[in-house]
Amino acid sequence: MVDARYFGDGLTYLNPSDLKGKLIAIEGTDGVGRSTHIEMLQEWLEVQGYGVITTGWTRSNLMSKTIEVAKAGNILDRWSLSLLYATDFADRLEHQIIPALRSGFVVLADRYIYTAFARDFVRSGDRKWIRDVFGFALIPDLVCYLRIDVETLTLRVIETTGMNYWESGMDLRLGDDLYDSFKKYQSLLIKEFDKMAEEFQFDVVDARKSPEEIQSELRGRILPVLQNHTGVAGAGRVPA
Amino acid sequence: MTDQEGLKTVPHPYPGKLIIVEGIDGSGKSTQLLLLHKWLESKGHKVFFTEWNSSDLVKDTTKRGKKTKSLTPTTFSLLHATDFASRLYHQILPPLKAGMIVLADRYMYTAFARDVVRGVSRDWVRKMYSFAIRPDMAFYFKVPIEVAISRLLGGTRGQFKYYEAGMDMNLSPDLTESFRLFQSQILAEYDKIVEEFSLLTMDATQDIETQQEHMRMLVEDALRGYKPRRGTYGRRTLFWRRFDVPKSE
Repeated sequence: MVDARYFGDGLTYLNPSDLKGKLIAIEGTDGVGRSTHIEMLQEWLEVQGYGVITTGWTRSNLMSKTIEVAKAGNILDRWSLSLLYATDFADRLEHQIIPALRSGFVVLADRYIYTAFARDFVRSGDRKWIRDVFGFALIPDLVCYLRIDVETLTLRVIETTGMNYWESGMDLRLGDDLYDSFKKYQSLLIKEFDKMAEEFQFDVVDARKSPEEIQSELRGRILPVLQNHTGVAGAGRVPA
Repeated sequence: MTDQEGLKTVPHPYPGKLIIVEGIDGSGKSTQLLLLHKWLESKGHKVFFTEWNSSDLVKDTTKRGKKTKSLTPTTFSLLHATDFASRLYHQILPPLKAGMIVLADRYMYTAFARDVVRGVSRDWVRKMYSFAIRPDMAFYFKVPIEVAISRLLGGTRGQFKYYEAGMDMNLSPDLTESFRLFQSQILAEYDKIVEEFSLLTMDATQDIETQQEHMRMLVEDALRGYKPRRGTYGRRTLFWRRFDVPKSE
């Protein structure tokens, strides 16, 4: 990220110009297969000698537990929910992502700020506030969007993990039961992701294809981004 | 309600009244708010009280982050905003909508002063809090730094805490000196905020009774025309929570 930039009002105390690594975000709705593909990408990159770290939504040291507790208590208003995500993201940005980029790592992000944008928009109908809040985020070098239609997604989720309360947006009371609510909520999310795909120029990958085809498409998009990678591949330890 | 400029000028649409106090540690603002609380209740008002960084949702996290010293200016600011959002939604808005009086010990102006001194963008923090509502009355207790320090060290506080003294900013290895430098910068930031948001400045060097007399006079004026809701003799324990949240850790 030679000319790394912040999305909006950035971290005024942190100059992003010395970040040598690459930041690659994999976006897409729940159950679309992001984490599977990120695992495979990491393996592939490491074999080639790139230092890789992965970072995932709600996985920060500071916040993961808090978010779990908050979701279990089911008392979240729109603002608290989005601000909890933002805090988690900021903690990972400053303690994982930026240090790793500074040491020349490839950072694979399982979800990025666009997930927060979609979820907040579906709950509020307002795009401005959430984008202002995430102004401190770095713009990734590449955003791959795993795109799926809601019919295929529904079948896949039933076949694999099953539907849960939050992935069904049950807090929004969109349908009478989990199934109806899931379909309505996920349709809204996908619609917003599609809009953002144009606005922010995501690389769209058809997630209805076989895992092998998706993986090879992802690799095809990532390679050119790494071509001007200046970091020493594989060097250094994963920052704490 | 998400208009940033609106925070300065547009009154909230609810029948209740929101009165807040601001000032640095040692300014005496909490004492003044407590005395105001007593007075309002003695006049038969239903009064609710809420204070900065006190929601169940976030308090423990902030504590943990402070203990491990892993908070950055941005996560520090975001956590406080989360706490504020949660309290606004659960503690402040319901009584206001019901026509009652809410007293808040610190409000978003604390973030505008403190977080900006810590280094976050002045615009960013204002945009983040754009979901807030404008208080009906906002008091700023202005005190010189030396008066605040002597009150805090002479009182029960004894020793300053790490974040309260701004030790995370590496201003000075000495706690008291760090507190002085950090809080002086906050005072300077407050001076700008007073102008920007038209806060009512109180002379916090005066003795407690004089300040309180002045405060009560101003509040009485502001409440003219306000129709208090009669109480129901209901005894409040927990507030607007349909589900119990287990304590984290």
